[in-house]
Amino acid sequence: MEHIISVLVENKFGVLARVAGLFSARGYNIESLSVAPTLDPTTSMITIVTIGDDRIIEQIMKQLNKVVEVLSVIDHTETDFLDRETVLIKVNTKPEHRDEAIRIAEIFRAKIVDSSPTTYTIEITGDVDKVEAMIGMLKPLGIKDLIRTGRIAIARETTRTASPRREPALLKS
Amino acid sequence: MKITGAEIFCESLRREGVKTIFGLPGGVVLKIFDVLCQRKDLQLILTRHEQGAAHMAEGYAKATGKAGVVLVTSGPGMTNIVTGLADAYMDSVPLVAFTVQVSTDLIGNDAFQEADNVGISRPCTKHNVLVKDVNDLAQAVKEAFYIASSGRPGPVLVDIPKDVSTAKTEFKYPDKVNLRGYSPLTGGDKSQIKQAAEAIMAAKRPILYVGGGAVFADAAVEVRELAEITQIPVTMTLMGLGTFPGTHELSLGMLGMHGGYWSNMAMHESDLLIAVGARFDDRVTGKLSEFCPRARVIHIDIDPTSIRKTFHAHIPIVGDVKSVLRQMNVMLHSLDGNPTAMKARRAPWLKQIDAWKSAHPLSYKQDDKIIKPQYVVEKLYELTKHEAIVATDVGQHQMFAAQYFKGKKPRTWLTSGGLGTMGFGFPAAIGAQVAYPNRQVVCITSEGSFQMNLQELVVAAEHKLPVKIVLLNNGVHGMVRQWQDLFYESRYSASILGKMPDFVKLADAYGIKGLRALKPGEVDGVLKEGLKHKGPVLMDIHTDPFENCYPMIPAGGAQHEMMLEDPPELKLTRKGGVHKRKVDEGEGVLPA
Repeated sequence: MEHIISVLVENKFGVLARVAGLFSARGYNIESLSVAPTLDPTTSMITIVTIGDDRIIEQIMKQLNKVVEVLSVIDHTETDFLDRETVLIKVNTKPEHRDEAIRIAEIFRAKIVDSSPTTYTIEITGDVDKVEAMIGMLKPLGIKDLIRTGRIAIARETTRTASPRREPALLKS
Repeated sequence: MKITGAEIFCESLRREGVKTIFGLPGGVVLKIFDVLCQRKDLQLILTRHEQGAAHMAEGYAKATGKAGVVLVTSGPGMTNIVTGLADAYMDSVPLVAFTVQVSTDLIGNDAFQEADNVGISRPCTKHNVLVKDVNDLAQAVKEAFYIASSGRPGPVLVDIPKDVSTAKTEFKYPDKVNLRGYSPLTGGDKSQIKQAAEAIMAAKRPILYVGGGAVFADAAVEVRELAEITQIPVTMTLMGLGTFPGTHELSLGMLGMHGGYWSNMAMHESDLLIAVGARFDDRVTGKLSEFCPRARVIHIDIDPTSIRKTFHAHIPIVGDVKSVLRQMNVMLHSLDGNPTAMKARRAPWLKQIDAWKSAHPLSYKQDDKIIKPQYVVEKLYELTKHEAIVATDVGQHQMFAAQYFKGKKPRTWLTSGGLGTMGFGFPAAIGAQVAYPNRQVVCITSEGSFQMNLQELVVAAEHKLPVKIVLLNNGVHGMVRQWQDLFYESRYSASILGKMPDFVKLADAYGIKGLRALKPGEVDGVLKEGLKHKGPVLMDIHTDPFENCYPMIPAGGAQHEMMLEDPPELKLTRKGGVHKRKVDEGEGVLPA
């Protein structure tokens, strides 16, 4: 099963290598990885998407916790969380496909951030379902190139007063 | 007053209570060695190879419980200690290795003797750090010792660039560590401990499975108390030997691949397994799906990753073994304080184990022609009056030593368990002897392992360290040869060592006493003379190259399905086999 794990670490060099090395040394998979400093410049957040059965995930959580520079580890999977990924998609746009590309971008609330005589570059941010759905719709037009940031996640506030708007569910392909 | 990084380094070591450093100099580490030679309070043991330094520090640490210290230069100096770091990591040995790096302005330039010290050592250290600023040096040293020695101990590497060792700053030794991500758990969960105590009281066929974690936690007293109040038999892993006296009536000795038949059967039939500081290593469990099929499992370990890594635990307890057992013993006392009743309750189980033991005890046949390795170990055990610190290398001799040398105390058994490092034993023995100059330190080794680090003979000679090397010389990589006999139709690919040095002459070359025993009748005399000698001794004892180590759980086999002797077809191929030995002519041992 897929898990999104947030690892708060000391913002020091070598820490990412130790965390990534832990996965490779023990044969665990990293599906995606994203790293950036937090509000506190002395710490960084590493978000890892990984796949494994319960025993493997338990080991991953324990092994991460064991690293001296790791401050906290959260597995979002069992909790209520928000996750996002940004993807830049360079799609082929023959004249007859241009309208279709624009329409798809509109449906998914994506932006066309660059254009050339033969391509549009579309930026989309969303959860995995939304992103995958849009990629699926664009594929018939011909995707020339694609780059993804990897997913990031944050826990929802449990004591919130108003429900934030969820991602539109109807777009699941 | 401002002082140099090298002076800060030495002063910090003193503050950490370090007295001995094992190391070897080189280009970029010169400044530190220059300061070191001017200090009377820090002794440097100059080794002949960095790997020797790492294993000596391990031996020192295993024998004393204090972190061993290594100091080497950049590049090859560092890469040569990697085996020692990996060994210490697997066996949880507190070790602090200081490597010196090229100057900060040269890092990354492929400078002379540059290597990525932190990168290379990362997967085989508990923690490592490159100190780029002299102002951070003292803090890094303090934290290195704290991390290496606390929680589940392990090796820590501190990489100090040359310019940091020469830069000057004000020195103030920090009084506390600053590690917000590191808080080694201790206590253990009270309700879990209570559950465990209740399970122990309810069990009919319980067994204590004690590992190296009990040694590091100094929990020998607590283990013994637990065993005695509950009358539970104790089996130990290779790393746990010595925690519980091997001669105690409740001791079952070692378990696992070459453990006693009775200990493995007791594990297999038990209804409650109490794992104490052990990690269910594959050499212990054999085939996991058939391991301890009837047992509920209590697993006590300070490292949460050890729990449920390979085997399930019904009652996991994360905590310091000593503290957990203390609490558990108090609860057990209050649950049932009647030792006589407990003895009666446990009698059928202990009787069953005794029956297994008498059915298949450890055995070997010593004739008057060729020396059996087991015989040498047994003799040595008698002659040292069970008091010696024993260091071993890796292979058959190690297993024979584990089976026949019934240690009484923790920290008297120094062996490479997890990594299985040939070449560990002799330097480890030197390290232990440096720590305890007046105790008897014996190194049980073999010609294969010993040749991997024999250059350190000169260290024993130079410092007059009276290490007694008992070299079981069978001219083959015994364990490899055993596996080839059992699983590769006796094709001895690269296991017969062929040309062999004359170890007595070798000892002589290093100024060390050398002795040799070729016939069983000579063993007693050689061991007695060797043990009595004041200085270091190398005893070259020629043993049977075809002796196999049993019981044996074949790799991947189930725990209760042990091989107990050579299979009949192997005996057949050996029939009439004669082994000749012409060591003096420079030949090894070959079947004629």
